[in-house]
Amino acid sequence: MRDVAVVGFAQTPCVRETDGTTNGVEMLVPIFHEVLGGLGLTKSDIGFWCSGSSDYLAGRAFSFVSAVDAIGAFPPIMESHVEMDAAWALYEAWVKLQCGEVDTALVYGFGKSSAGQLRRVMAMQLDPYVVTPLWPDSLGLAGIQARMGIEDGLWSERAMAEVAARSRAAAMSNPLAQLSGPVSPEDLLDEPYVADPLRRHDCAPITDGASTVVLAAGDRARELCERPAWITGFEHRVDSPSFGTRDLTASPSAVAAGKAAGADGVEVAELHAPFTHQELLLSQALGLGDITVNPSGGVLAGNPMFTAGLSRIGEAARRVHDGTASKVLGHATSGPLLQQNLVCVMEGRD
Amino acid sequence: MPRPLSAPLDVGFDYTRSTGPTLGRFLSDLRRRKVTGIRGADGRVHVPPLEYDPVTAQRLTEFVDVASTGVVRGWSWIPEPLEGQPLDRPFAWALIQLDGADTSLLHAVDAGSPDRISTGARVRVRWRGDRVGAITDIECFELSDGPGDEPVEADDVTMVTTPVHLHYTHTASPTEDPFLRGLMEGRLLAQRCPACEKVYFPPRPACPTDGVPTTDAVELSDRGTITTFCVVNVPFLGQRIPPPYVSAYVLLDGADIPFLHLLLGVAPEDVRMGMRVEAVWKPREEWGPTMQNIDHFKPSGEPDAPFDSYSQHL
Repeated sequence: MRDVAVVGFAQTPCVRETDGTTNGVEMLVPIFHEVLGGLGLTKSDIGFWCSGSSDYLAGRAFSFVSAVDAIGAFPPIMESHVEMDAAWALYEAWVKLQCGEVDTALVYGFGKSSAGQLRRVMAMQLDPYVVTPLWPDSLGLAGIQARMGIEDGLWSERAMAEVAARSRAAAMSNPLAQLSGPVSPEDLLDEPYVADPLRRHDCAPITDGASTVVLAAGDRARELCERPAWITGFEHRVDSPSFGTRDLTASPSAVAAGKAAGADGVEVAELHAPFTHQELLLSQALGLGDITVNPSGGVLAGNPMFTAGLSRIGEAARRVHDGTASKVLGHATSGPLLQQNLVCVMEGRD
Repeated sequence: MPRPLSAPLDVGFDYTRSTGPTLGRFLSDLRRRKVTGIRGADGRVHVPPLEYDPVTAQRLTEFVDVASTGVVRGWSWIPEPLEGQPLDRPFAWALIQLDGADTSLLHAVDAGSPDRISTGARVRVRWRGDRVGAITDIECFELSDGPGDEPVEADDVTMVTTPVHLHYTHTASPTEDPFLRGLMEGRLLAQRCPACEKVYFPPRPACPTDGVPTTDAVELSDRGTITTFCVVNVPFLGQRIPPPYVSAYVLLDGADIPFLHLLLGVAPEDVRMGMRVEAVWKPREEWGPTMQNIDHFKPSGEPDAPFDSYSQHL
């Protein structure tokens, strides 16, 4: 295996609504400038580009092709795209680097959720014969999962509110967060249900945003970054899309991805958990114990669709870059109710 | 700065899908007021039926009749239903394990209020009157410990149609916005890239060569050159003009990117690359933020432009 590291990360502020287009160009141009400028690179130094986004979210065909304008793709570049969270684009780029074809890659994702009705758009990822025609909304489905865990004694509405309160407190140190500030779980529990047993604080906010991560291999990574976040494990696994056959209070795919990636011993984890109970479920599945989870506030503090998972990996890598941790974990999820899970373990070497 | 122009866009499409043997059986049986599952590799009965086992990926073929009554295994409460959902009054989403099944089906329960439903509650199917062979043939479930309805005769279905309607608000980019506002006044406003100095019409959010936002507005005349064209001979749905007619790429004087428009006032066999053209505008009272303000282009009568003048813009 080639040594490959995350060497750069940039993200836009997480906001409820931007003025820009749904092809993301206005959000991407400044963060490309920031991440490349920070590394002393220009676009011609990047060997491979890969993105994650969704046309259903954008409400237009081939939005990722329009997004390429933000790169300035002339002369022609080597480029690819996944219709998933950009964490999976990062996986594709990592494979590309493993193949030895290139030494650097820039990965990005973007989503303007405010353009449509996110709860309905998310129904498009469900089984098109027996589920989508009912238009289940993402909050309604997550509410079923949350109740099953509550009634099995795995978590409680109180524990869920504590996750939300901890997220918003942590996000006070994150200037790009959408939701932050001191709140008490008691006050949160006084709020009404939006999809009983879920209250608003249990659900990640609707967010517009974009983010980008730069990968580099071997000596190139050492040149670009004082303390690269070397990827020591990168795995993704999937459970059945037929969620009525699954035990929704467990996540076999997260367990398997965590084991394969070597999650043992991580000091900090950034989890892509769009609902409070899912953070509790994932912490358990990945065996995280009492370590620091979501010091950025996580997606409960800002959830730019199709790049929030990539941002988790970028946030985790930053803890290695700045020397505050030596082994970290970034997680991403995709599909309904934690169907697919990706784990990226990164380490600093002194 | 005022917010950029924005407008609603409603996207709709009726997805038609063939059902195949497994889902075809399930959906045909729903039409008959029957629910059918399939036995998995581990002996579990899956409802809805799966084509392949979720663990072993083995092809599944043994259909099993199950009841149209069952028990709620998990639920959430939707106080404000969204467009397209089974009920337009508050309802519960529930995973329902039908009697005889080992897995759960997602559907709506018409429970009235959240304090009337609980995990373990008995429910039965409320069938739609006009069944077509779709999951929506189950109108919803209702709280009841009574028996299910008797099946009836119906033909098989092999196709299912799912209408999808999504609603968006699209916003113009900061560079598209002055272009669209200019059109409302009959002005053609392009943008110049500060790096390569190319002039884009219509403007784009960023220069596709340099990846930087275009910053300088440039007003163009409504004259230009045909860079290339095609003669449309094929009729299609929504066509405005009877074929044959000419669609042409017009490079406005001073622009670096041509755009597609309609060319009239010349026989198709007389159209040439390099032909000089001018805009024919609609009456001013019909103008809006759209390129349709220009009804079409027509030959201007000027001598043809030399090839070198547009060879870099093909």
